Amino acid sequence: MALARRGGIGRYYDVNGWLFVAPALGLIALFMVYPIFWSLWMSFQSGRGMMMKFAGFGNIVRLWNDAVFIKALTNTMTYFVVQVPIMILLALILASLLNNPRLLGRAFFRTAIFLPCVTSLVAYSVLFKGMFAFDGIVNSTLQAIGIIASPIPWQTHPFWAKALVIIAITWRWTGYNMIFYLAALQNIDRSIYEVARIDGVPAWARFTHITIPLLKPVILFTTVISTIGTLQLFDEVYNLTEGKGGPSNATLTLSLYIYNLTFRFMPNFGYAATVSYVIVILVAILAFLQFFMARERDK
Amino acid sequence: MRTSPANIASAILTYGFVGLMAFLSVFPFIWMALGATNSSIDIIKGRLAPGEALATNIANFFTLVNVPLVFWNSAKVTIFATVLTLAVSSLAGYGFEIFRSRHRERLYRAMLLTLMIPFAALMIPLFIMVGKMGLINTHIAVVLPTIGSAFIVFYFRQSTKAFPSELRDAAKVDGLKEWQIFLYIYVPVMRSTYAAAFIIVFMTAWNNYLWPLIVLQSNETKTITLVISSLASAYYPDYGVVMVGTILATLPTLAVFFFMQRQFVQGMLGSVK
Repeated sequence: MALARRGGIGRYYDVNGWLFVAPALGLIALFMVYPIFWSLWMSFQSGRGMMMKFAGFGNIVRLWNDAVFIKALTNTMTYFVVQVPIMILLALILASLLNNPRLLGRAFFRTAIFLPCVTSLVAYSVLFKGMFAFDGIVNSTLQAIGIIASPIPWQTHPFWAKALVIIAITWRWTGYNMIFYLAALQNIDRSIYEVARIDGVPAWARFTHITIPLLKPVILFTTVISTIGTLQLFDEVYNLTEGKGGPSNATLTLSLYIYNLTFRFMPNFGYAATVSYVIVILVAILAFLQFFMARERDK
Repeated sequence: MRTSPANIASAILTYGFVGLMAFLSVFPFIWMALGATNSSIDIIKGRLAPGEALATNIANFFTLVNVPLVFWNSAKVTIFATVLTLAVSSLAGYGFEIFRSRHRERLYRAMLLTLMIPFAALMIPLFIMVGKMGLINTHIAVVLPTIGSAFIVFYFRQSTKAFPSELRDAAKVDGLKEWQIFLYIYVPVMRSTYAAAFIIVFMTAWNNYLWPLIVLQSNETKTITLVISSLASAYYPDYGVVMVGTILATLPTLAVFFFMQRQFVQGMLGSVK
């Protein structure tokens, strides 16, 4: 009140501004900013449970020699490098096909392809685990139509287990990305496509020379979103592999490893925090790259 | 020209591809619905026809799981998270946009940086904090860290740019206080923004998994996602029961999607406006 009287209307405005934003800022400071600095501090500590002591760079040295960590990091990067491009390309192709007003049943197709987005990550992982069982529906269908001769070991072979995770994530998120591209395509003047068509530009060339360049900002945005999501992958792998990341760590992700280090094995908060900062740094690098690319584009 | 072989071929290719993708997207839902009517063995063997085990599966699900309690837990967490997040975030979005100041702009930009913080880097400190507050195994612990959301604040601020300033001026002339303007004018005018934000928060809260998995440790507090996960990771999971559970867990979000399809898509797109 004293503040309000001393400074006149401007001051009064300021008091209101602070009152409106304070609850959100307070909660974000307490539950995001404070913990993120705390885990940075923790990553230089070592010990079991709450008995921690300063360890300098000990945890970082340990990372280099930790085969399981290297495995989790490689797996996470594999998911990211393989899955994100496949999904983005698929979503782009679907969006440009569904953007054609002459396509019959457009609304139906759009709704159907978007539908996976309503499922929870746990629910769809559980479904996929059942569908991709050794003698499950997927293997028996593939065998019936003659694509494979013997069942694929989706959950017991390191390569196929990774493939299953990638197939599952692609199923869940392609429609989500497609919606972004459809919205962006609506802002593009359709006559560009008509002119190109009349000039005899083939469909594929229209896609690579008109659609992709014009959608570049949205593609960049969705790529960053997907990247951050993939780097944090947890629910799917946990539920497809009973929390183990198996077979023999072939599907283990960084997030799952952190969870195991903290809540499953003998808790080592310091080392787990160090692993979690690997994700923080990866996200920061990728976000910086995105910023850099956006700058280059504006030049 | 119109019906040349090339055109027909490209039409077949287009409909074939889009049709296949639509089918693959919908198939797991069909499989889930059929699965609920089959026995566990038939499900794993990939039987694709309605069976006679629906009543048994439902009965087994209700014996294995305290269904009313689990749904009550999920509902409680979701309702509190949604109401509080919408309230806190819309206040902040309004505050940042209407009462601009240099300090707050700086804080706003700093706040947006928190969007990049991965949850994995927060879970250990949050777990210790919640433990020190004595909140382990409570629903407060599930909801509390999720209320302050930079993304939802951002969403409300972006939408507030479209809030007509004449309305505010007129209300001030009429002598309304700032909180009254917010409550009686802003909230009703912005209801479509609230609807879209509601969907984002509702989906996140209802489907939340990792954090509840960490803090909810007894069967009395577990939410539906945790229950499905533990049913499915049993040594010999009864898939018929799992299917009934997945259907029940998916129904609320499916209902929100079908009744609010326009806002649903708008909510998902929120950030690229």
